[in-house]
Amino acid sequence: MNSGRDAVADISADMARGPRPKKAFSLPNFVIYSTLTLLAMYYLAPLYVMIVTSLKTMPEVRLGNVFSLPREITIEPWIKAWATACTGLNCDGLSRGFWNSVQILVPSVVLSIAVASVNGYALAFWRFKGANILFTILLFGAFIPYQVMLYPIVMILRDIGLYGDVWGLVIVHSIFGMPILTLLFRNYFSSLPLELIKAARVDGAGFWGILIRVLLPMSAPIVVVAIILQVTGIWNDFLFGVVYTRPDSYPMTVQLNNIVNSTFGEKEYNVNMAATIITGLVPLVVYFVSGKLFVRGIAAGAVKG
Amino acid sequence: MHSVSVKDLKLNFGSVEVLQDLNIDINDGEFLVLLGSSGCGKSTLLNCIAGLLDITDGQIYIKGRNVTWEEPSQRGIGMVFQSYALYPQMSVEGNLSFGLKNAKLPAAEIATRVARAAEILQIEPLLKRKPAALSGGQRQRVAIGRALVRDVDVFLFDEPLSNLDAKLRADLRVELKQLHRQLENTMIYVTHDQVEAMTLADRIAIMRAGKIQQLDSPNEIYNRPVNKYVADFIGSPSMNFMNGKIGAKGLTIGDVTLPVDGYKAAGKLAKGNVIVGIRPEHVATGNDVRDAAYKTKVVADLLEPMGADTLVWAQFAGHELRLRMDGQNKIEEGQEIEIGLNAESMHFFDHKTEERL
Repeated sequence: MNSGRDAVADISADMARGPRPKKAFSLPNFVIYSTLTLLAMYYLAPLYVMIVTSLKTMPEVRLGNVFSLPREITIEPWIKAWATACTGLNCDGLSRGFWNSVQILVPSVVLSIAVASVNGYALAFWRFKGANILFTILLFGAFIPYQVMLYPIVMILRDIGLYGDVWGLVIVHSIFGMPILTLLFRNYFSSLPLELIKAARVDGAGFWGILIRVLLPMSAPIVVVAIILQVTGIWNDFLFGVVYTRPDSYPMTVQLNNIVNSTFGEKEYNVNMAATIITGLVPLVVYFVSGKLFVRGIAAGAVKG
Repeated sequence: MHSVSVKDLKLNFGSVEVLQDLNIDINDGEFLVLLGSSGCGKSTLLNCIAGLLDITDGQIYIKGRNVTWEEPSQRGIGMVFQSYALYPQMSVEGNLSFGLKNAKLPAAEIATRVARAAEILQIEPLLKRKPAALSGGQRQRVAIGRALVRDVDVFLFDEPLSNLDAKLRADLRVELKQLHRQLENTMIYVTHDQVEAMTLADRIAIMRAGKIQQLDSPNEIYNRPVNKYVADFIGSPSMNFMNGKIGAKGLTIGDVTLPVDGYKAAGKLAKGNVIVGIRPEHVATGNDVRDAAYKTKVVADLLEPMGADTLVWAQFAGHELRLRMDGQNKIEEGQEIEIGLNAESMHFFDHKTEERL
């Protein structure tokens, strides 16, 4: 005999058809969404404070309500940060640092990716003698703290006459990017079928022909990842920039530091906030533009060890 | 002149001997199949012929020319791979012409050859497509085309049909056979599929542990396998093996004695222990039993109906016996069936060396 509850269950079992109905509200969903919202607010709060402060005038900043919206919006601090803010040496704002950073960034990214892709390709497909040892050494390089190498590199750059030169910094960035980029390219290439290389060899393509005409055209995802890693890493670098360049070729991060730390009279919080946002804009844009590709590329490069 | 000659080929991976003193001569226009289970060295041998692996010792001749030290592209070979290995960023046309462009052929010549290959393989409508937009069968056709445009004498196939589904595999198998008839090139074809081997080959080389066990026509390999391994490998369902003894009265298996007249032994059939092999399809049933030299009855323990025929599992003289019956016979499990055995369709192997007697 059916009890009442069983009868209800039987009816619903009979009615079940098509997609399972979704509940509009459930406790697990509520907990998940509220936690996520809180965390998002927590992480976005500093950005919010920076943006509103950078749009305020100094008298308004002095009132001390960091979370309040600006009563009258001004872009004066942004202009000042970009063009006229003073460091101890000069008064042309971040613009100088920005162009310096671009001059450092572009050759560093191109050079490091060009060399690392060849490294990764050779390590993945042309098993020469000592390849594994070389790869281990290269990987080991990724774990040595930068501070250990600062002074030896100063001496090396001095001896080859590149100390203080932008190109010296380009070389340093390229070398320090090498372990992780080589690993990235090696793993990506290892995931490609070996038969592809064999086919290309039967078709008469050599070492460079296979890399340039067969492999690189299908490496867009991993190249994008490499570009993102290098652009954000090099753009955000402070240590190498301050050590290996002279004041007139300081990258943007160093320039920002100098602007924020040199005060004439009162601290201009609005200008400092604007300057910081401007400096962080490049990596931010890179992430926004390439978010999806980044994830795809990391996944593609991570499959095989 | 032989089209391809492999002389004393040796290949070691570190301390592992993959191929040992391997010799094989392949005739002009021959379709040779290298057959064996995985790890037997058949693909390795093909890669050595192609020049994709550096050999440890020995020589390789193609068209009478010593190509041992030559690059794959200079050897006059075309190769087709299991995974197709098409260049994903190039169109079909780009894939076909890549090798020719590397060889710096004039554009007009490239266009002619691509057009010819596309016509032979009926892939003209696909020329502008990328490999991702092709089906498995179309991809493999393009891969064959890539070998075709090279206008070479020797084609190497490395399990080209293994990635395709059963029906497509059967279709492409026939197409390959027609292609071979049309082009009359030498073809060396690696597979682990005995049906492909039997249907395509002029000669089959059965390999095991880096050595060629038997190199013969499909017919010879099926009817006169040189040893137990080959006998077991070829034929589906595989051969029944029983332990027997040859004596004055004939062959004794368990408590049964059969005549051995009609068996074509390599020499004189000596008395002693043997392994007896009988193919399931050579156990006589139905009307054929009348003419058999030895008749008996067995009980059908298990049936595997496959439509055209039915595989029957039974016990005979203390051994498992599989036999094949016409699929239209109405039999049931547990039913008694009459069978007949003939020595001429049996295979005797030495019980120690497992060589054919």
